[in-house]
Amino acid sequence: MGGLPAGRVEPTEHDYALWEKRVDALMVLLGGQGRGVITVDELRRGIEQLGAEAYEAMSYYERWIASMTNTLLAKGIITSDELGRRMAEVGKRGEGAG
Amino acid sequence: MATHDHHGHDHAPPPDEDGPLTYYQTMEIAVRELLIEKGIFGADDVRRAIETMDARDHAAGAEVVAHAWTDPDFREALLADGTGACARLGIDIGPTRLIAVENTAAVHNVIVCTLCSCYPRNLLGLPPDWYKSRAYRSRVVREPRAVLREFGTAIPDDVTVRVHDSTADMRYIVVPRRPAGTEGWARERLAALVTRDSLIGVTVPKNP
Repeated sequence: MGGLPAGRVEPTEHDYALWEKRVDALMVLLGGQGRGVITVDELRRGIEQLGAEAYEAMSYYERWIASMTNTLLAKGIITSDELGRRMAEVGKRGEGAG
Repeated sequence: MATHDHHGHDHAPPPDEDGPLTYYQTMEIAVRELLIEKGIFGADDVRRAIETMDARDHAAGAEVVAHAWTDPDFREALLADGTGACARLGIDIGPTRLIAVENTAAVHNVIVCTLCSCYPRNLLGLPPDWYKSRAYRSRVVREPRAVLREFGTAIPDDVTVRVHDSTADMRYIVVPRRPAGTEGWARERLAALVTRDSLIGVTVPKNP
C-alpha cells in the first residue's frame, strides 16, 4: 500500500467500540503471556489471505477477527462445526454488541 | 455525528454498540466463548486486557520525551536503545523493539506502518483511525511534506523529512524538538506540551 495514490488524510478518530476492544484483547491474549497460540505474523498473514476485495470491504477489526478465526480453525483449536453452531446460537440470543 | 438530545449527550456512542449483531461481531462472541470454554484464557483475562488498553494513552510517551529533554544521559540511552531506556523508567515496551528517532534543526521524523497499523501502543495507546487509513499509509512515504501540511505542519525545504516504516517487531517513536522558552521547566510541565501527534511526527509540540 505504501506509495500508492490516495486521497487527503482525514484526521479521523473514533472511540473504539467494546467489541473492537474485545477483538484486540483476544489477540493480546492469544499472542502473548506465554500462550503463543497465534503470533502477530500469523495474524498478518491471515489478513493478507483475505484478498484485496475483502480487505477493502471489511473494517479493521473485522479483518482481525476473520484472520484469527481462520488461524484457530487451521490449527484445530476450534472446529468449523462448533464455530457454526455457536454463531447460530449467539445470533438467536438477540443480544447487542455490547 | 448524531446527538441524543433527549438526554443531553453531546457525543454519540460508537456506531457498533447497538442494533443487531453483525456477522463479525457474532463471530467474535462465538470465538471468545469457545476459547474460554476450552480454557485457553478466562473471561477475567479479557476484561483485564481491555482495562489495560483503556488505561493507556500517550502520557507514557510524553514522559519519555520530557526525560530525554531534561537528562542528556537518558537521551543518549533512549536513542541507543529505546526499549532499554523505557525499562529504566518502568515502562515495559513488550516484545517489540523500540527505536526513538530525534528531530533536530536539520531533520524531521515521522512514523507510519504501511503494512497495517504497527504503533508503539505501550507509549501512545491505541492508534487513531487516520494512522490506519489508506490515505496516510499510502501517501506519507511518497509525499510526506504534503501530508504534514494537511496536519497543519509546514516543514522548511532545508529540513530533511525522514519517514520510518514500522513492522510487527520494530516500533518507532519521534522525540520532537523541545520548544523554545521552556528553559528550566520541570518534567511534568514539559510533558504537557508533548501531544500524541507530535510523537508520531505529524505535528510539533505545543508552544509554551
